Amino acid sequence: MAKLFKAAETAGSVSGPPGAAEYLNDRVFRGVAWTSAFLIIALTAYILWEIGREAVPAMQQHGLGFLTGTTWNVSKEEFGVLPEILGTLYSSLLALIVGGVFGIAIAIFLTQDFLHHRLATVFRTIVEMLAAIPSVVFGLWGIYVVIPLLKPAAEWLHGHLGWFPLFGTDLSGPGMGPAALVLAIMILPTVAAISVDAFRRIPYKVKEAAYGMGTTRWEAILKVMLPTASSGILAALVLGFGRALGETMALAMLIGNANQISLSLFSPANTLASLLASNFPEAGQIEVQALMYAALVLLAITFVVNVAGLAVQQYTIRKFEGKK
Amino acid sequence: MSDIDVTTGVAARPVPQLGRKVLEVRALKSGFLTALTWIAALLASVPLFSVIYMLLAQGGTRLFGADFVEVLTGLPPAGFEMGGGIGPAIVGTLVMVAIAAAISIPLGILAAIYLGVLEPKSHIATTSRFLAKVLTGFPSILAGVFVYAVLVIRYGYSAWAGGVALAVLMLPTVVLAAEEAMAQVPQRMKDAAYGMGCTRTQVIWKVVLPTGLPGILTGVMLAVAGAAGESAPLLFTALFSNYYISQLTEPTASLSILIYNFSGMPFPNQIELAWTASLVLVLIVLVFNILARLVGQPKV
Repeated sequence: MAKLFKAAETAGSVSGPPGAAEYLNDRVFRGVAWTSAFLIIALTAYILWEIGREAVPAMQQHGLGFLTGTTWNVSKEEFGVLPEILGTLYSSLLALIVGGVFGIAIAIFLTQDFLHHRLATVFRTIVEMLAAIPSVVFGLWGIYVVIPLLKPAAEWLHGHLGWFPLFGTDLSGPGMGPAALVLAIMILPTVAAISVDAFRRIPYKVKEAAYGMGTTRWEAILKVMLPTASSGILAALVLGFGRALGETMALAMLIGNANQISLSLFSPANTLASLLASNFPEAGQIEVQALMYAALVLLAITFVVNVAGLAVQQYTIRKFEGKK
Repeated sequence: MSDIDVTTGVAARPVPQLGRKVLEVRALKSGFLTALTWIAALLASVPLFSVIYMLLAQGGTRLFGADFVEVLTGLPPAGFEMGGGIGPAIVGTLVMVAIAAAISIPLGILAAIYLGVLEPKSHIATTSRFLAKVLTGFPSILAGVFVYAVLVIRYGYSAWAGGVALAVLMLPTVVLAAEEAMAQVPQRMKDAAYGMGCTRTQVIWKVVLPTGLPGILTGVMLAVAGAAGESAPLLFTALFSNYYISQLTEPTASLSILIYNFSGMPFPNQIELAWTASLVLVLIVLVFNILARLVGQPKV
């Protein structure tokens, strides 16, 4: 640029072709940018390859039995992750039920004119701050607030409705219930944010048309807004589920790390991510290989769920942009 | 949508009673659901206030007390020892976040330039964009597993490994936010620059980057805030240390791992320090979040 302006001052002309240095600069910079974009692809491939490569010895030794085995015994070299897989899915599902209901309720609350827009901004900030709190702080909070709070309720439920599988055991400290509850709080901002986005994409005239036909606010929401936003909300739920599957620290602190399969909300359990968190730091070489296999299983599950969620989200965006 | 039939006009008939009575079932149902929504929204904000209250009540006494210098600079206490502080963990967290930022921000913005400005529709761009989105939902502990396999097995636990693990997590966030910010730069501004004979690189440096800067910085700040709060990827890359970091190739303390380690200890002193560390960590994360909001405000 500098060269261009100099030319303008001296010769009275404002135009001129880019110089050789500018051409070179341009090509090099674009090359660097291309490389950086390509690096994301390379990084993803490298992550898959590295974890896969480290898991190969364990895969050869344990095969598919790893997925159905129920023991994790380092001294006998017996490794199986069925309790962890089920624990991961169970805790995430429970969290999704609670977090999903609240997340969608909040999205409706924020987008359907319940609040003055200034108040809505304040409330949105509260939900966003919930997302900013580190997982490990939620874990600490869970240990000293949620578990003591749930204990009397758990005792009562177990005492009176102990025959019901969900309340089959007593809460002795960490367990599935507190872990799932904290997990629900953690995925709530994700579900709420993506659902809000889904509601925002609905053209305003759709709502006006519904009100114009004399619907009450909730008839408009339940019969028009929710069905129209349904694919976006589905994306929110699936992506929230993906978040829950991979959440580590809070669960490692709250779920009790017990290698067992139980339907009870109050018995300790384990998840793949918290298995990795609690066993990795002190693992020997053979256990590390088994843990790499477990990491690969976690990677596969979250990858499938996330890709599904993104596909639904993409579908939603295309649906509304096509309508415009 | 389909169950509301707008095609059959009713204008020919005499106009019926159009108002709604207050106690009509439909109105009651609507009011009931509104009340439920309010309750859900208020319930959902309880955890945040409870967390803040606990942080201030449990962690605030030490942080805002008389011995705050010792808390902020002292070494973590062992066993029954009283006093002590979280100094090494604060420094360790800042060092590793700085390493992660130094790696991921330049790479992320360069990649975003390619995705958002140079070739938004090319195969490489669509693939990277999709993978970046997949990576944002990637369990953070897997970043730790990956870096363990790549770096820790060969070179041992270190601040470098921790920083790289955090960088893996920050990268997709930076890329997507920066791309979004640059895509919002009006096409006519770029066209004006091209019309003056700028090369594409000059357009990017002189028009797109300065215009998109607030949005890019917001994304960067949010990514930094997220990385500062991460703990799972540090568990077995940076490990932990009771002392101040002296070189980047040794195990390093971090606030989040200190909280994790101290949370399960049976000593009240350590548990109090865990709360203090949580308060400091939340404050750090909060500062970056507020910065993100401030720099992201549109200037016009």
